[in-house]
Amino acid sequence: MTAAVSFQKVSRHFGEVRAVDEVDLEIVPGEFFAMLGPSGSGKTTCLRLIAGFEQPTAGHIEIFGETAEGVPPYRRNVNTVFQDYALFPHLNVIENVAYGLKMRGVGKAERAGVAAEALDLVQLPGYGDRRPGQLSGGQRQRVALARALVNKPKVLLLDEPLGALDLKLREQMQEELRALQKRLGITFIFVTHDQGEALSMADRIAVFNEGRIMQIGTPEEIYRRPQTRFVADFVGSSNVLPPEFAERFGGSGKWASLRPEAIETVPPGTGATAEGRVAARNFLGASTRIAVDVDGLRLHVVLPASAEAPAEGETVGLTWSPGDLHLMDET
Amino acid sequence: MSTAAHAVLPGRGGFFGSLSDLFWRRPGVLLLVMLAPPVLWLGVIYLGSLFALLAQSFFSIDEFSGLIKYELTLKTYGELLRPSNMDIIVRSVLMASVVTIAAAIVAFPVAYYAARYASGKWKALFYIGAMLPLWSSYLVKVYAWKLILAKEGILTWIFTKLHLMWALELVLAIPVIGGNSLSVSYIGTFLVFLYVWLPFMILPTQAALERVPVSLIEASSDLGAAPRETFWNVLLPLAFPGIVAGSIFTFSLTLGDYIIPQIVGSSRLFIGQAVYAQQGTAGNIPLAAAFTVVPIVIMGFYLWGARRLGAFNAL
Repeated sequence: MTAAVSFQKVSRHFGEVRAVDEVDLEIVPGEFFAMLGPSGSGKTTCLRLIAGFEQPTAGHIEIFGETAEGVPPYRRNVNTVFQDYALFPHLNVIENVAYGLKMRGVGKAERAGVAAEALDLVQLPGYGDRRPGQLSGGQRQRVALARALVNKPKVLLLDEPLGALDLKLREQMQEELRALQKRLGITFIFVTHDQGEALSMADRIAVFNEGRIMQIGTPEEIYRRPQTRFVADFVGSSNVLPPEFAERFGGSGKWASLRPEAIETVPPGTGATAEGRVAARNFLGASTRIAVDVDGLRLHVVLPASAEAPAEGETVGLTWSPGDLHLMDET
Repeated sequence: MSTAAHAVLPGRGGFFGSLSDLFWRRPGVLLLVMLAPPVLWLGVIYLGSLFALLAQSFFSIDEFSGLIKYELTLKTYGELLRPSNMDIIVRSVLMASVVTIAAAIVAFPVAYYAARYASGKWKALFYIGAMLPLWSSYLVKVYAWKLILAKEGILTWIFTKLHLMWALELVLAIPVIGGNSLSVSYIGTFLVFLYVWLPFMILPTQAALERVPVSLIEASSDLGAAPRETFWNVLLPLAFPGIVAGSIFTFSLTLGDYIIPQIVGSSRLFIGQAVYAQQGTAGNIPLAAAFTVVPIVIMGFYLWGARRLGAFNAL
């Protein structure tokens, strides 16, 4: 099957800076793909390479089997939801949504109808006459989404679209985006620095760091079996154990990761795997997060709200099942 | 840490200390102190003299004695409608319009480059380049242009060397706007006006373009607009307030200028020259005042039209 987007040894350098460095990538048609990484990791540049705002310094990009290098953005059947939404301030909502149709030469009457349908799709019926300046952040986001989707793109690119929204709205939009994507069957490529967002929404995730892809996999794979220290640390802030430390618990000269929620606390001296002193305790509502110093290494433990969390300064025993200690490829 | 810190610090004391406290308690006092001098200047001296001038236009001159009759009349305005005076007004408005349109066309690419691409020292160079003409004397610039445009000037020399004299002669042969040489033709007047007022168009246009986020240009392109379509649908509408702001300068400055057409151009008068001549040699202050009212009224209509076009919506 032809990949929706395929990168073959793609690089994009800005002078000395290697924003994207020899990236290989295959995105399956119809999947919800997340590009996850800290700022400056190259994920947004990858998105811009697909949109056509950037041209690769080296390598080859295909979109549904067609060569993309040298093709300007306006000749790509790919649309973008921008981080700042980039709604045209001098046009009203319906004119914004119909902009792409107008550029394709769709007639005025048909344009208005199709654009109104798109507004229904994002649950903003009847907002056509407003100006972008009169809308809330969440509404602008929906208009931006409608404006992109109305063109029925082969690939929809979303550049941190939920970044500017507050928590409640963000969670709601996550669900809606996911539902919309399943319904429309369009390939969504989503850039985010929020690992929770990537884990909850994506079919597959590519974790970026310093212009390279560290790991590609399903959310479960990325979360449970990180291949590098960076992935383990960035996705879900895992406990990263150095090789000599991991060996004490059955490791084999490799770095290991241990999820904070995989660890349980037991009274000290009762057959605990490790013992340590509680250095900090943060109540998070649904859970409590404690930091335990074990022989100079700080282990984070997330306890469910139902469990009794030990107080600061107390000595606790820690235990986990051997299977939860995940050995990474890094030595 | 010997003295216990107070929650409320003691007053600074002294004249300036109590003055600061007073301004803080009553912000209106500060506003009054700051605004009184400029408001007095604008209200009494500036507007006062303007109204004194306008009042003159409702008086008339006694044709026999040459003395001003201090009776309110519209007779002087009637004189404006004479064909010779109407010619002056139409000529000035046409010149101001053409200069404004040309300035907008010339300024846009320069402003666009400065707003989009120039940064660091190139941006500094742009500002110096755009403002440099404003730093030197207006009269010197105009005389410099007379030398450039004169029959024995640099331009003629260049055209001769390039064996393109026939092209220049062809242009000068155009009726009305042509002439004996560029320095005595409307084309010459136009070129000098365009040069002298161009910075006033470049700077507001650049400021407007600078406020257009790059993402809007990208979004337009992303939605299938070719660069030409992006220009007409996004860039130009968003830069329009800046262009209108610039055009207010270029239009009104051209409309009222009396030095450039005097030095470079045919001997036919523009509004500014008519005012100069009427209040000076002719001693007809009422007619000079009436001529002065013409650009004010035209600019009033101009601004009203610009507002209707939505030029100030984005301000």
